[in-house]
Amino acid sequence: MIITYLRSLFARFVRRAETERELEQELASHIAMRADHLERVGLTRVEAERRARIEFGGHERFKEECREAIAGNFIDILIQDVRFGLRMFRKSSGVTVIGILTMALGIGATTAIFSVVDATLLEPLPYPQSEQLVSIQDDFLGMGAHDVGISEPEWQDLQRSGIFEYVSPTWFDENNLTGSSQPTRVRLLIVAPNYFALLGAQPQLGRAFDPQDHSPGFIPEVVISDGLWKRAFGNDPNILSKSVRMDTDLYRIVGVMPAGFDAPGRTAEERNIEVWAATSFYGAPLSDHPARNRRNLPTAIARLKPGVTIAAAQSRLDALVASLQKQFAADYPAQNSWTVRLMPLKERVVGNVRQSLVLLLGAVGLVLLIACVNVANLLLARASVRGREMAIRRALGAAQGRLTRQLLTESLLLSLFGGTAGVAILFLLKDFLLRLVPENLPHLNEISISWSILLFALVASVVSGVLFGLAPALQASRLDLNHALKQEGRSTGSRGRARTRRGLVITEFALSLVLMIAAGLLLRSFWDLLNVQLGFSPQSVMSVRTRLPSPNDPNTDKYGTASQEATFVRELIRRCKMLSGVEEVAIGDTASIPLDESLRDLKLISEGQFLLTVEGHDVQGDHSTVVERSSVSPDYFHLLGIPLMRGRLFNESDYDDTPPVAVINQAMAQTYWPNEDALGKRFKAVKAGSPWITVIGVIANARTQSLAQAEVPQAYLDLYQTGAKRLAILLRGRFHTAAIADEVRQQVQALDPTLPVYGAQTLDETVSASLSQRRFSMELVGLFALTALLLAGLGIYGVISYVVSERTHEIGIRLALGAQRRNILHIVLRHGLGLAIAGAAVGLICALIVSQLMASLLYGVRPTDPLTFAGVALLFIGVAWVACYVPARRAMKVDPMVALRYE
Amino acid sequence: MGNEAELLPGTLDLLILKAVSLGPLHGYGVLLRIEQISGRALLIEQGALYPALFRLVRQGLLKASWGKSDNNRRAKFYELTSKGRKRLREETDGWNRLVAAIASALAARPQEI
Repeated sequence: MIITYLRSLFARFVRRAETERELEQELASHIAMRADHLERVGLTRVEAERRARIEFGGHERFKEECREAIAGNFIDILIQDVRFGLRMFRKSSGVTVIGILTMALGIGATTAIFSVVDATLLEPLPYPQSEQLVSIQDDFLGMGAHDVGISEPEWQDLQRSGIFEYVSPTWFDENNLTGSSQPTRVRLLIVAPNYFALLGAQPQLGRAFDPQDHSPGFIPEVVISDGLWKRAFGNDPNILSKSVRMDTDLYRIVGVMPAGFDAPGRTAEERNIEVWAATSFYGAPLSDHPARNRRNLPTAIARLKPGVTIAAAQSRLDALVASLQKQFAADYPAQNSWTVRLMPLKERVVGNVRQSLVLLLGAVGLVLLIACVNVANLLLARASVRGREMAIRRALGAAQGRLTRQLLTESLLLSLFGGTAGVAILFLLKDFLLRLVPENLPHLNEISISWSILLFALVASVVSGVLFGLAPALQASRLDLNHALKQEGRSTGSRGRARTRRGLVITEFALSLVLMIAAGLLLRSFWDLLNVQLGFSPQSVMSVRTRLPSPNDPNTDKYGTASQEATFVRELIRRCKMLSGVEEVAIGDTASIPLDESLRDLKLISEGQFLLTVEGHDVQGDHSTVVERSSVSPDYFHLLGIPLMRGRLFNESDYDDTPPVAVINQAMAQTYWPNEDALGKRFKAVKAGSPWITVIGVIANARTQSLAQAEVPQAYLDLYQTGAKRLAILLRGRFHTAAIADEVRQQVQALDPTLPVYGAQTLDETVSASLSQRRFSMELVGLFALTALLLAGLGIYGVISYVVSERTHEIGIRLALGAQRRNILHIVLRHGLGLAIAGAAVGLICALIVSQLMASLLYGVRPTDPLTFAGVALLFIGVAWVACYVPARRAMKVDPMVALRYE
Repeated sequence: MGNEAELLPGTLDLLILKAVSLGPLHGYGVLLRIEQISGRALLIEQGALYPALFRLVRQGLLKASWGKSDNNRRAKFYELTSKGRKRLREETDGWNRLVAAIASALAARPQEI
């Protein structure tokens, strides 16, 4: 079958001339034989041949039918259609260029967003069998606390549970790398020795840790990233024999990970790990016998055993948790409601951005749809000009399906050209566009124009082509031959076509209104966030970071106690105050930098947040017992301009040997001591062995944790009492940012030359960075919305222009009969605005639904914000008015004489 | 002319297969053979024969080769392939069943119901 089909194809395309000749010969021989026959019956040769030819019937028609019977007919037709389509494009180049550009815009933009969505949401994480990788998260639901970390015994329980192939806690930290010219801070991930086996990752040089290693303390080996190898060691091929000093301890480099290997983290910092260190989380400097309730491991990842699904693993895990709670009742108070939750590792990495990306994809999809509607409109306008051509072809015997196919081929060609142009533009702008992608967008897979992206663009083009080709094609199929042919030379505007065009314009308006409203709501949210009362003043404040080492042997730690550290901090503050331009200096841990999101996970355990118990309160059933915490020096509050409401701030009489004290904000005072005076009350961390902390002062609320939340309970401890490893030096004054960072570095290293100094940033920059993701989605959605508005404006302009040219004759008669030009203007405007208002009405209803879906992305505005809705609707009608006014003016200026002669 | 019957749609292919099954034929020969075996009762438009022949060749039921006719004219001869033979058998059975069913239906009398 296939062979005969191929032979048939061969006959058509390769032996075309020969096939044609044979066909002619065969028919000729039939007629000759028939004539022979007739001649024998008694006719003359001439008469016999004439009769034979008559009897044979329509010679050409049968030849055509024979050709069609040969395989591959559709290909021939396609080629014909394409040729004809290209000729039509050349004939109406204006329409074609606009159509191609519109589609290039629509498909290019959609493909760009899709490539981002593909790299982040669709592609699996770049590890082998990544669907078996899970993130393990512990919650104390009873205390409203999430991600509370796990303890070493719990890790061992998970390892032995039989559910997982490997489990590794991951502990993001920083470290001071010394030895090269300048001490540097490195991003360190502390993991179990099985970490690389778990991810299924191999170093490009050397080896990973031995997964079976269970020795106490830190394994004296590290694996480093390709980036660090290049940056700090200049691609040294003998790196594996080298050792590095980190926080004064010596580690041997055993492996270098390949370029492009990223850790599965949620923030850019956590993904760009530079050093991996391994431990089994017991033995000095960690505890020899870690307690079950000491949840000092921030989080864990695991690989499920082959064939175990997440759901099955979760139910086995729930059983394990229940039995552990029974076995160690003292460690797991019932009111905590300890739960262990598994989720796909990918979910943890990309969960934060899913909604924004889906919003963007939706927005750009709408733009594509609007582009399609616009091109459909354009083609319909052209179809009305081509109505006569179609009618003539029908009259000459072209089949209905054939004409529809012709029109669809043309629209497909148009959208394929558009798609190609769009992708080409994307290629050219690739580097520029990639720079717009916010750094914290998790894309472990590189965003690139891959085959799957090209396939997407192709499918998008084909679907769009069919979509916008359908209306004109269906219109053509309902052509009224009689009517069309009678319209001497005039374009044929059938009633149905006009209705379709009006419907399309209304759709277009409705779609772009939805987009505009979405953009408007995002813009208002953003604006509100920018103008929110911060409660502190970020102007002319900058932060510089440094970090004190924590060596494995506590006896070698120069900053082991808070008072040892306090000496250093006091001296540093004194020196920084003397720098020129500096007015105020305060030092805190990095959690004290307002709105800093760079080290989100660090906050969970070592600093930032903690679970607290309040003296005299039993169970905190109804509200969270998690408060934000930071350690600061006494001048911190004044430097940031946060006013004291009651009590006192820290002063020089608070030392590490005096009882610990805290300054809290009003939100915390109201949460825990709602109808009492918080001053003098005590609270402590849930961790075993924590001391009671006395409240000595209450400060006003400030949005130092989140721009969107006004009242986050916060506690500030005295840095001189608690100490902290990661320090932020806050400076207020008039100075040059880069210059002052160098001066601060000199001062820090004058005190201790092994300390790295990094991360200089003005507070305005920090605040702005905390909005980066919102800004990204707002700008893009806004851009798409403007595009949509422009397209919709063009669409209505096209329709009204067309209506005007259709009605020139009628307008001429009206004018000749004495109509005022003003009346003509009104008629045309009323027509256009009617469409716009109908579109706006439909759009408003759709927008109400869409805005509900994006409620969680909004801040400060309700999804039904009347101002946005009304404003956008008015803007739309304004645009429609302008778009109609131009053709309406033209109508007004119609010369009755010319118009009447127009026939 | 009056007693010639119109061809039912789709039966031309069957007739061609039958005609060719009796021996290789050129197009005109197929026409004559059908006239002959149908007792001149069927009316075939001569030209319509060729698209049907081309279709059957494409379907692999017939194969064609050039040869000389009785009165020494070059002509394309068609013969049945094995697949064509099988198809002819199936179609003949199907046709017979159809005819029997319709004949029985048409012969029905009121008292038999």
